[in-house]
Amino acid sequence: MLEKVNELKQKFAESLQAAADPQQIEALRVEFLGKKGSVTELLKGMKALAGEEKKEFGQQVNLLKSEIADAIAGKVKELQQAAIEREINSAPEFDLSAPPVLDRGSYHPITLVQRECEEVFRSMGFTVEDYSEIVTDYECFESLNIPKHHPARDMQDTYYLTNGQLLKSQTSAAQNAIYKKYRKALVEEGKPIKAVFPGRCFRNEATDACHENTFFQMEGVMVDKNISISNLIFFMKTMLSEVFKKDIKVRLRPGFFPFVEPGFELDISCLICGGDGCPSCKHSGWLELCPCGMIHPEVLKAGGIDPEEYTGFAFGLGMTRLAMMKYGIADIRDLNSGDLRCLSQFTQDR
Amino acid sequence: MLLSMNWICDFVDLSGLDKLDLIHRFSLSTAEVENEIFMKGSDIDGIVVAEILSVEEHPESKKLHLLKVDAGGAEPVDVVCGAPNVRVGLKTAFAPVGARIGEITISPRKLAGYTSNGMCCSEAEIGLSDDNSGIMEITDDIANGTLIKDAYAVDDIVFEVDNKSLTNRPDLWGHYGIAREFAALSGRPLKAIDTVDLTPYAGLPGVDMKIEDPLCYRYACIQIDNISRNISPVNMRIRLFYCGMRAINFLADITNYIMLEMGQPMHAFDSRKVESIRIKRFPEPFEFQTLDKEIRKIDPDTLMICNGDTPVAIAGIMGGLDSEIVDDTTALTLESACFDPVSIRKSTVRLSHRTDASMRYEKSLDPEMVVTAIGRFLLLLTQNDPGVKVISSLTDEYAYKYPQVAFDFTRRFVDRYTGIDIDDETILNTLHSLGFGASLKDDVFSVEVPSWRATKDVTIKADIIEEITRIYGYDNFAVHTAAAPLYPVEMSTEKNVEEQIKDMLVKRYSLHEVHSYIWPYYDDFKALGIEVEDNIGLVNSTVVIRRSIAPTQLCQIRNNVSYAPEFGIFEIGRIADGVDPETNLVNEHKKLCITLFSKTRTQEQLYLYLRDMVAVLCDDIKHRGVTFEKAAQAHSWQHPKNLNTILCAGKAIGEMGLPYPTIAAKLDKKAAIVYAEIDVEAFAQIESGSIVYDEPSKYPEIEVDLTFLSPVFAPIGDAIRAAQSALVKAVRVADIYDDEQGRALTVRITFADKTKTLTREEVTAVTDAVIADLEQKGISLKQ
Repeated sequence: MLEKVNELKQKFAESLQAAADPQQIEALRVEFLGKKGSVTELLKGMKALAGEEKKEFGQQVNLLKSEIADAIAGKVKELQQAAIEREINSAPEFDLSAPPVLDRGSYHPITLVQRECEEVFRSMGFTVEDYSEIVTDYECFESLNIPKHHPARDMQDTYYLTNGQLLKSQTSAAQNAIYKKYRKALVEEGKPIKAVFPGRCFRNEATDACHENTFFQMEGVMVDKNISISNLIFFMKTMLSEVFKKDIKVRLRPGFFPFVEPGFELDISCLICGGDGCPSCKHSGWLELCPCGMIHPEVLKAGGIDPEEYTGFAFGLGMTRLAMMKYGIADIRDLNSGDLRCLSQFTQDR
Repeated sequence: MLLSMNWICDFVDLSGLDKLDLIHRFSLSTAEVENEIFMKGSDIDGIVVAEILSVEEHPESKKLHLLKVDAGGAEPVDVVCGAPNVRVGLKTAFAPVGARIGEITISPRKLAGYTSNGMCCSEAEIGLSDDNSGIMEITDDIANGTLIKDAYAVDDIVFEVDNKSLTNRPDLWGHYGIAREFAALSGRPLKAIDTVDLTPYAGLPGVDMKIEDPLCYRYACIQIDNISRNISPVNMRIRLFYCGMRAINFLADITNYIMLEMGQPMHAFDSRKVESIRIKRFPEPFEFQTLDKEIRKIDPDTLMICNGDTPVAIAGIMGGLDSEIVDDTTALTLESACFDPVSIRKSTVRLSHRTDASMRYEKSLDPEMVVTAIGRFLLLLTQNDPGVKVISSLTDEYAYKYPQVAFDFTRRFVDRYTGIDIDDETILNTLHSLGFGASLKDDVFSVEVPSWRATKDVTIKADIIEEITRIYGYDNFAVHTAAAPLYPVEMSTEKNVEEQIKDMLVKRYSLHEVHSYIWPYYDDFKALGIEVEDNIGLVNSTVVIRRSIAPTQLCQIRNNVSYAPEFGIFEIGRIADGVDPETNLVNEHKKLCITLFSKTRTQEQLYLYLRDMVAVLCDDIKHRGVTFEKAAQAHSWQHPKNLNTILCAGKAIGEMGLPYPTIAAKLDKKAAIVYAEIDVEAFAQIESGSIVYDEPSKYPEIEVDLTFLSPVFAPIGDAIRAAQSALVKAVRVADIYDDEQGRALTVRITFADKTKTLTREEVTAVTDAVIADLEQKGISLKQ
C-alpha cells in the first residue's frame, strides 16, 4: 500500500510541476485533496488494513495530504509573486526630465518690496497708513509749506483735475491728515506719531525707460518731543540695513524740500561694491537714495502740532526705484505694462 | 554750474589745504558736486611762449609754412606750421620737442619733406578755449621761453555743482558765494570783493530812468564812454571757458564774468538806444526780437525794459537785437537790476526761453548786489582798458527792499534739534563765517540774517539749525535712537483685508497681480470698441479718470492673449465715481478687479469658477456667505445678461459679469472671459463672522442624490429649505446634465443626526416632501 502513497506523491509532484496558473492549481487541489480526490480515495483503502500497518499507512497518507496542501499553497504564493513582479516590470516609468509646469500666480514687484519695507517699519513701531490718490491742493502743497508759486505746483508737472483737486504728486500729501489723526494721542497720551504711508503718485512727464508718470513712494514720519537729526540718522541707518538685509552706511547731504528744515539727501553705501566704487555707483561708492529731513515747523503747525514743543523727521522712499534696484528691472515701464511675461516672474520673496 | 578753484581762491586763501578734500566736504555740507573733477592744465606740459622770427612758403604745399621761432633757447627752432595766422613777430604757444599734449610727447617730425622740431598750438589744442581757427596769439610783453602755465592761470581744478541742489541758495550762483562756503568750511577768512568807488561820479548827470512796475525791485545804471578794448585778457577768457562760457567780446565777457563771479546778471545797451529807460509791462501782446535774432511773443504779464515806449529788453531774460552794442557804439549804458523772481520764472516758462540770467533771477537774487556789481564792472573795465570814461552818475532806484530777517533762539533749541552737543563757540563761529550777525547773551542767541540769505532762503530759526549742522558736518554726528515710548502697532482692517486678498488670489488661484494707469487706455479702448465714459478729467486735456478697472483689464487681457490658454489677473486700484456736488470732491474708490481668461473652459464654467472664488474670498476672509442678484447693465462694455451683484452677508460689495459680446469677440472668439469688481472698502467694512465649531456626528451620515429636470437650482434650494428639516446638513449640486429633455441637476443632500443613527424613513420623509413640493411647481424627477 505504501507504494501507492509514493506513486501518488510522484504523480502530484509531476502535476504540480506542470501547473502554470491558478486554475490548474485549483484543479490539482480538487484532483488530489477534493472529496473525491486521489488522497481521499487512498484513505478509503485503509479499511482493508489493520494494526501497525494501518497506523503507518494512515500516518503516511496524512503526511502526504499536508505535503500536498503546503506545496499547493507555496505554488499559489509563487505564482502571485510572479504576477506582482510581472506587473511591476511592465509598469511605466515616469519621465521627470521634462521641465515642470509652474501653474502659480505672482505678486506685483511693488507689492513685494512694499511688504518688505512695511514689515521692517512695523517691527520698529510704525503704523502703516493708506491714503487716497486724488487729493486737494491743500493736502499736496499748501499744508506742506509749498508756496503758491513753487514750480512743483506748475501745471506741467502736476495732473490737476477740473474740480481743483489733483492726482497726488507725492506721498507727503498724506502728512497733514496723519498729523491730525494722531495729534490727540500725541498731545494727550504722549504717544509718538510713527507712521509710514505707501502710495501711488503721479507726475506729468513723458515716459521712457527711466521715467514714469505713475509710480510708488513710501513716506514715513516720526514726531515726538525732542526728535533730533541724530535720531533721524539712527532710524534711517537701522531701517535701511533691515530693508537691504546688510549693514548699510548712510550719509546726509543738504537738500532742499519745502516741507523739511533742515532737508537732506540721504546716500547709502553702494549695495554692489559696498563703498569701494564701481560702475553702478559711478565710482563714488554712494547711491543717492531718499530725501529726508526735520519736519518744517509750518508743516507741523498745519497739522495742529506745536513746533515749539514737538519736532519730527520725515523721509520718502521711492518704492518703484527700490523694486527696480532689487530685481534689476532696467525699464520702468515694465511695471505698469501688465505684461505677464514680465510680471509672472515675481513670486513671494522673503 | 562749473566752478574754478582758482577763482574761488581769489576770495579765500586755501593754500596748504587739500582742495579735493575741501570739494568733497563742500558736497556734503553745501551742494552736490558731480563725480568728475577736472584737473585743468594736467593735459599739457612744457608748452612755452615763442616768437615767429621768419616765415617762408613751403615749396610744395599751399597751406604749410616753414618757420623759425625763438622759443627762448640759444638757437632758433625750425618748425613747419599750417596755421593761417602765421606772421613774423607773432608770439604764440609753442610745444617744443619733449613737450606733452595729452598722450602725445612732441618729437621731431617730417612734414612734406621738412623736419618740424615742435608745434605751434591753437588755444583749443592746449585746452584754453575752443578757438581752433589759428595758432594762439600772445601779447608782446611776455618773454620768449616763458612756460604758458607761468604766463597764464592754466592749472586749475574745475568742478561741477548740480544746479538743482542750488535751487534754494540764490547766493551760490556765483563764485563769491561759493568762496564764502569754502571759507566757512576751512576756517579761513573771506576777502571783500574789490570794486571801484562810484561816489566821485555823483556830480555827473544821471540817466533818465524810472521803474513803473512793482515787478522791478531795483534798477541801477551808469553810462560809460571811450571803450577801446575788444578782446578780453587771456586769464579772463580761460576762466570763462573753464566755466562753460565762450568768450564773445570784452564787454560781453565782463558782464558774463561778473555773473559767474557774483551771480548778478548785467546788460550793456548802446546808449543811443536807451535815452529814457522805463521798466513796465504792456497791456497788449506784441512781437519782440531778442539779440539771438529770434522773434518772440510778449504777453501783458512779461516785464520789459523800454526806451520810452519802445521795448529794448525782456527784463531779466534777454536783451533786444535793436539796442545791442554794435561796431560804431561809442557809449554804453550798463544795467544792473533785480526783479520779482516768480514773474521772471513764469515769463521764461511762457517764452520757453531760459537764460543764464533768468535762471539766476528766478532764485530770488539779493538786490544789495546790484550796485556792487557796477563797481566791480568798472574795476575790471578800467584795469584792462584804462582809457574808459564814466559819463553819468550812478542812477539807482531801489523800489522794493526785502525786510531784514532777525530772530533769537536758545541753546536748548539747538540741542533739541540736533540731539548732540555743539558748543556755543562753534555755533557763533559758524554763523559769523557765513556772514550772519550773531551774538550770545544769557543763553539766547540773536541772529541777523545777511541780505544774500534773506530773500527767501533763511526765514525761520529752524533754518539756522541747518547752517550750524551742515558746517559741523553730518558725518560727525553721534547717532542714537529716540527715547520715545513703544506701543503695539495696529494694522488697519482694510490693509489686512487687502493683503489677505492678494495672498489668496496668488497662492490659491494662481492669479497674477498687475498694475495699470488711472486713466482709460484710449488706444486699446478704441481697438476693442470700449466707450470712454464721461467722468472728472484733467485740466486742459481730454483725459478723464476711469470709472471702472474692468475695461482696463480687458485691455491688459488683450495684450496677454497668447500668454497661456488660461490665466487670470487682478489689481487693487482706484477709480473715480464723479464728483460729490456738495463737497466738490471726487468720489474715489478702491476696487479689487479680477479678470479671468480661458480657452479650456466654457463661459459658464469660468463664470461659476469665478463665483466660487468670490465665495471663498468672503468665507475665508470674513467667514461670511455670499449671494448673487441679477444686476442691470450700467456700462456699455458689460454683457447685459449674466451680470450680477455680489452680496456678502447681505451687503452689496461689487459685481461680476462678462464683457459685451463684440468686445469679447475682438479679444478672442473662442475664449471665455469673465470679471468681478469688488469695492475693497465696502468688503473690509463687513463685520467678520466667527468660526463656529460644528462637531461631526458620531453616527453615520446619509447622502441622497436627487436628479431634477430643472435648468436652475434656486427652486430646489427653496424646496429643501421649505422642508425645514434639522437633519439636512449640506446641499450641493453634484452634477449637471444636458440632453434632449433639457437640463437636469443632480442635487446631493447630506443628512446627519448627532443624537442617533438616522433611519431611512426619516430621510425619505424629507426627500418626499421636497419632491412633492417641486412636483407642484412643475419640476419633476428625471426618470
